[in-house]
Amino acid sequence: MSDGKRARADWTAGEAAIVYQCCAACGARQYFHRSFCAACGAPDPVEHRASGDGTVYATTMVCRAATPETRAHVPYTIILVDAAEGFRMMAHGDSDLAIGDRVTARYRRFAGRLVPHFSRLFQG
Amino acid sequence: MLATVFAEHFGIRPAYAHAVQVGGATGLAMTMLAHHLVEAGIARHVLVVGGENRLTGQSRDASILALAQVGHPDYEVPLGPTIPAYYGLVASRYMHEYGVTEPDLAEFAVLMRKHALARPGAQFHDPITVADVMNSKPVALPLKLLDCCPVSDGGAAFVVSRERTGETGVRIRGCAQAHTHQHVTAAPALSELGAEIAIARAKAVSGVALSDVRYAAIYDSFTITLAMLLEDLGLAGRGEAAAQVRSGYFDRDGAMPLNTHGGLLSYGHCGVGGAMAHLVETHLQMTGRADRRQVRDASIGLLHGDGGVLSSHVSMFLERVR
Repeated sequence: MSDGKRARADWTAGEAAIVYQCCAACGARQYFHRSFCAACGAPDPVEHRASGDGTVYATTMVCRAATPETRAHVPYTIILVDAAEGFRMMAHGDSDLAIGDRVTARYRRFAGRLVPHFSRLFQG
Repeated sequence: MLATVFAEHFGIRPAYAHAVQVGGATGLAMTMLAHHLVEAGIARHVLVVGGENRLTGQSRDASILALAQVGHPDYEVPLGPTIPAYYGLVASRYMHEYGVTEPDLAEFAVLMRKHALARPGAQFHDPITVADVMNSKPVALPLKLLDCCPVSDGGAAFVVSRERTGETGVRIRGCAQAHTHQHVTAAPALSELGAEIAIARAKAVSGVALSDVRYAAIYDSFTITLAMLLEDLGLAGRGEAAAQVRSGYFDRDGAMPLNTHGGLLSYGHCGVGGAMAHLVETHLQMTGRADRRQVRDASIGLLHGDGGVLSSHVSMFLERVR
């Protein structure tokens, strides 16, 4: 149910980027693109490119896929990530990720699309 | 299904008809609406019906694919999630926050199977153990095959009437809903999910307390769904529902008999009709017609349905009247 024009392309449009919106009126962050702020209703939230850094909120390893295209990738790990900028997103991740891990995004091909894929941040 | 398709097929011309769509909570939402319609004098009798041949009417892959579209088309579906994956994500977080384990979740599958053994018409009739659940095929870890409800054929129907029609009647004491999100990416924190909101509203409108409840019919699309809902609703303490299953608390002869037909997990899940089977079983229990499954005292029942990914919630208190 997306609407409005995109100022910045992100992975959903094939670009290696994660974009979120920030409301100039109330400061709320939202990940699903809209032409208004879902928290306060103000129009035209400002789009920002995210750093790609975040923390793992939840994980699952998909072993039974729904389509022939995704079945070729089984098993794959889907995660929810709390981005450093204050929004939550779904993505792929390394199979050994655990809740609470600090992670950063790269991009991989999955079922013919570019998707964000998170790995643990190198702890030097 | 469109209400008019059903009506045409069965040769009826209702004065009022429509479909409702809130995922797995649809059956209870329709019942709530029917209750309000008869209370408001719009109709004397409302037929509430749901039925689908999800198993034989379409391929299993088609079922899985159709269900996967519950996700956000831009931000979730391209990642290849499935319904079990959405619930697998929720399960991982719930297990992390409340110390619930995979063998804990398995207890719910074992209990539902035990109950299904005594229910004619249930999809599964072979007993299972915690080890069977743990050794079943991985689907969307931490969820395994026996943590998941099956895809089923089936249906359920009942009539909600203004006046009681039988000697023993069942009255809707009160019901309420809560809807916090649709997609799991947009779900609130575990402590802010809709089940707690819906049950609080239902208690307020009905005047019923949890301590009054003698029978529970709780949505159980996955073992994690049942564990979370029991704890969100207050039928078990946080992280304690599995221990209560082990103690026999939710058995047919326990203090709080739960889903004595076997639930979605073992009676089967045919979509809208799947959760309506919880209400059918509750009605049988409350009117003393549950045969060898009959519980001692089903005077007050609590029903709870969940749709989406713990997105839509309906809580309902039923009372037996003579």
